[in-house]
Amino acid sequence: MSEISLAQQKYLTARKRHRRTVVCSRCLIFVLFLGLWETAAVTGLIDSFIFSSPSKVLLCFYQMLIDKSLISHIAITLMETVVSFLLVLLCALGITILLWFHPRLSETLDPYLVILNSLPKSALAPLLIVWLGANYKTIIVTGMSVAIFGSILSLYTSFSAVDAEKIKLIYSLGGNKYHVMTKVILPSNIPVLFSLMKVNIGLCLVGVIIGEFIAARSGLGYLIIYGSQVFKLDWVIMSIVLLCLMAMLLYGLLGFLEKRYLKRL
Amino acid sequence: MEKLLELNSVGYSYHTPSGETPALININFTVYQGEFVAIVGPSGCGKSTLLSLSSGLLEPEHGSILLYGQKLFQKGSGTIGYMFQHDHLFEWRTIEQNVLLGPEIQNKLTEQRREAVLDMLKTYGLYKFKDAKPSQLSGGMRQRAALIRTLALEPKLLLLDEPFSALDYQTRLTVGDDIGSIIRGENKTALLVTHDLSEAVSLADRVIVLSKRPGTVKNIITIQFPENLSPLERRNTPEFKDYFNLLWKEMNSDE
Repeated sequence: MSEISLAQQKYLTARKRHRRTVVCSRCLIFVLFLGLWETAAVTGLIDSFIFSSPSKVLLCFYQMLIDKSLISHIAITLMETVVSFLLVLLCALGITILLWFHPRLSETLDPYLVILNSLPKSALAPLLIVWLGANYKTIIVTGMSVAIFGSILSLYTSFSAVDAEKIKLIYSLGGNKYHVMTKVILPSNIPVLFSLMKVNIGLCLVGVIIGEFIAARSGLGYLIIYGSQVFKLDWVIMSIVLLCLMAMLLYGLLGFLEKRYLKRL
Repeated sequence: MEKLLELNSVGYSYHTPSGETPALININFTVYQGEFVAIVGPSGCGKSTLLSLSSGLLEPEHGSILLYGQKLFQKGSGTIGYMFQHDHLFEWRTIEQNVLLGPEIQNKLTEQRREAVLDMLKTYGLYKFKDAKPSQLSGGMRQRAALIRTLALEPKLLLLDEPFSALDYQTRLTVGDDIGSIIRGENKTALLVTHDLSEAVSLADRVIVLSKRPGTVKNIITIQFPENLSPLERRNTPEFKDYFNLLWKEMNSDE
């Protein structure tokens, strides 16, 4: 390695200091928030029956972990989210490919897709219970309904945005529409697919929780709605925290896969 | 000389709800085996449309296009190679995978064909980049790779749609020289569309001058230089500027 110049050294230290400040500030906000919340609850500034407190949430978490009820709640919500996420991915990709191969069909269906996409999906949930029953099927379909129409619309848009000359190139090499799809459109849209997946995982979680609110006997969404009804607000807040962690974890996982793909490119 | 491509009173119009825009009217010319023909004309005169028609990607509304005396109808059968303004190398493929795209699509990827294409990479100095991604190559090298991708299907006719115009001036001269020499070296017949008159004079045997839209053939000028001059060497001869001026006058004369 050659020697690092003074200016470069200065730049590196400044950069490091900047990073450190950001990380420290983040931690500080977290600690301060928890600290304030705990003190306020202990000193009676807020009613810990309604607002709970970090220690009560932690205690509740520990107890439910011991009696093994929590793990199944988490597992169910996670399973429903992942299944609806994967189904959205599969269906959206399949339908978009079909629409791309049949421009007339896609032009015909366009207004319907737009309407379905702008519809508040929670309005569908009560209907789904009646049709599918108060079980996991309803919840998974609710999860899917939140993400699927938007996915199809944005995938179709980015399929159509592929450079016309690249398509012409495939034809000039003697290819057909099938080659255009497999050699150009799909490979060039993988980055789009990743960013869509990162959005969808959050949307599916939203849909699954809506579904659990109204159609479940277990899961974190059920815990939230049941806890609020029986004034067990420790449950509610703990579930919300767990949902935050779950969302972070799933998003992080997809981000990790995306980075690995981009590095290989 | 054998007639390779023949255009007989070809016409083409673009249609929009607000009306019809004629792009080409009554185009007649012939390209002979082994010839390098350039088409020049003001922008928007239908040059690129003419190439799309010649490649069979568009069907003429009037007249006929013959390849070796046979009517040209199917979409790119591989006998006609097309080179674009941008190289369109796919970033998710290595250079080797990119240049083998044509044979791969046509299911003609034999070991023999692969060897032949790899040999071309060797000859034109890209072999050591065969496992590299396109972004690791310079603009000139990318355009060379794009040419090899086109040649991999051993086309009888090469269509070049302003293939150098996206490059900076310096690179344009060397790549023009490069590609011109490769095409002559491989004994290919080529039809080049350009708006750069000096490029046309430095590369072509004949230059077809098109008029403003709707495009018609204004004149066909035969370019004669001593044999075996490279495009760059042509630029240094005294005849070069005469041809340039001739084309310039032809382009700007209004009838």
